[in-house]
Amino acid sequence: MNTKTRSIEAYRRQLVEEAHVFADREIRPFAADFDERGQLSKDLIGKMAERGYLSASFPERYGGLALDPVHYGLFTEVIGKACCNVRTLITVNTSLIGETLLRYGTEEQKNEWLPKIASGEKVGAFALSEPLVGSDAKNVQTAYRREGNKYVLNGKKKWISFGDLADFFIVIAGDRGQVTAFLVERTQGDITSTPIQGMMANRASHIAEIEFKNVEVPAENVLGPVGGGFAYIVSTALDHGRYSIAWAGVAIAQEAVNAMVAYARTRSQFGERLHQHQLIKGMIGDSITQLHAARALCRKAGELRRDRDAEAVIETSIAKYFASKAAMQLATDNVQIHGGNGISNQYPAERLFREAKVLEIIEGTSQLQQQMISDYGLQKYFVKRPNLSEERSGH
Amino acid sequence: MELQAKVRSYIENNLVVFEENVQFSDDDNIFERGFVNSLFAMKLLNYIEQDFGITVDNEDLDIANFSTVNNIVSLIEKKRSGVS
Ligand SMILES: Cc1cc2nc3c(=O)[nH]c(=O)nc-3n(C[C@H](O)[C@H](O)[C@H](O)COP(=O)(O)OP(=O)(O)OC[C@H]3O[C@@H](n4cnc5c(N)ncnc54)[C@H](O)[C@@H]3O)c2cc1C
Repeated sequence: MNTKTRSIEAYRRQLVEEAHVFADREIRPFAADFDERGQLSKDLIGKMAERGYLSASFPERYGGLALDPVHYGLFTEVIGKACCNVRTLITVNTSLIGETLLRYGTEEQKNEWLPKIASGEKVGAFALSEPLVGSDAKNVQTAYRREGNKYVLNGKKKWISFGDLADFFIVIAGDRGQVTAFLVERTQGDITSTPIQGMMANRASHIAEIEFKNVEVPAENVLGPVGGGFAYIVSTALDHGRYSIAWAGVAIAQEAVNAMVAYARTRSQFGERLHQHQLIKGMIGDSITQLHAARALCRKAGELRRDRDAEAVIETSIAKYFASKAAMQLATDNVQIHGGNGISNQYPAERLFREAKVLEIIEGTSQLQQQMISDYGLQKYFVKRPNLSEERSGH
Repeated sequence: MELQAKVRSYIENNLVVFEENVQFSDDDNIFERGFVNSLFAMKLLNYIEQDFGITVDNEDLDIANFSTVNNIVSLIEKKRSGVS
């Protein structure tokens, strides 16, 4: 590492450390309140924008902090530890929308949207899922048709994070088997968002159902190639989304470990601290092992992403699958170690438990990750051997 | 390795059909034949840009340009020669 690289590294580390301090002061104390009231504070979004926290991975010319994937991951972890809803804002705006715009946006689109995301002037949402279409995303029913120099969109999206707050959307729609992505402003036509009530988690992520009725979108608002909405835009957005969620899993896992360690050291039963009971030690030991393994996978994925390695996509999927599962397991064990207190909202354990489950569902469910990872391994780890039966029979 | 063989080998390493004797010609549509999964278009694009040092613009992202060994080779050759 030369001096310049070292100083950039140190600078990025310092940015992550500052974000940590910010998160502990400005986010963590309010996380339970956001969850209870079902909304984030606009004031906080403003403060985050001021520090570049809505655009941490964007190049500086768009108002970003230019964090490389590894440090962006560490940044995601420190925010995610403090509050899942705030981390979701970053997952959606920086990872899903921002990174996809950086990759496929035209110069005009990048200049138009990225600085606005960075400054908090515009909040975006990624509108893919629908009432009847989730995992099978290639078959979205929201429809578009071309009319002259514009496109007309019709359809319903569901579960859209920040959908009720967003000023603009990336909308994925189909036309006779072709899927295309569009940048759509809320003011562009008849767009109605309805907040979804009764969510177990992500309660302050302004999740909404959104209806588009004959919304006219100019041709220059197509993102990426016409017909490439799934192959390029959704794939890229979800790849970045998975990377963010992988670190979100590490964040929850770390919080769970911190909480179980603190509780096990203070609470006593049978005249001994909880941590002195072997079975509790077993849970803590396993939890720490899972946490370290999850972080190692995330780091590896981050390094491969930084180096633009061809394996980065699959390693990200592996990291997301493992870290979200670890988060769920550790959040469950954390509740267990807290006993009755684990079920009460007087402790953060129950919130972590609820939030962890989401990670196994979004950006491709665990079952879809398993499928992708298996497809990869069935090819990569197949060792071709000579056909023994033919050899034996002398052919 | 010549270009054609390099591209073919990349596809072979990403196949999602697991019969040992699976075969495809340089003109077979790998997407239509179900030989690759939904991640492949993006992975292939990253691979082409990274390994061959070219940039594929949105206009060239037509999936047809990536659907056969021959089409991918033509795209790389076109980009390398600077004709866009
Ligand atoms: C909190 C939250 C926030 C969200 N935010 C957004 C957002 O911002 N934008 C957006 O577009 N969407 C969002 N979603 C939607 C999310 O992406 C979907 O819920 C997810 O893709 C799964 O789709 P589904 O719910 O329709 O489940 P389904 O696809 O119906 O799946 C149901 C079950 O079947 C399994 N399954 C499905 N297909 C297969 C298969 N081939 N093999 C094996 N098992 C299978 C799944 O793994 C799952 O367990 C959000 C969801 C939640 C809960």
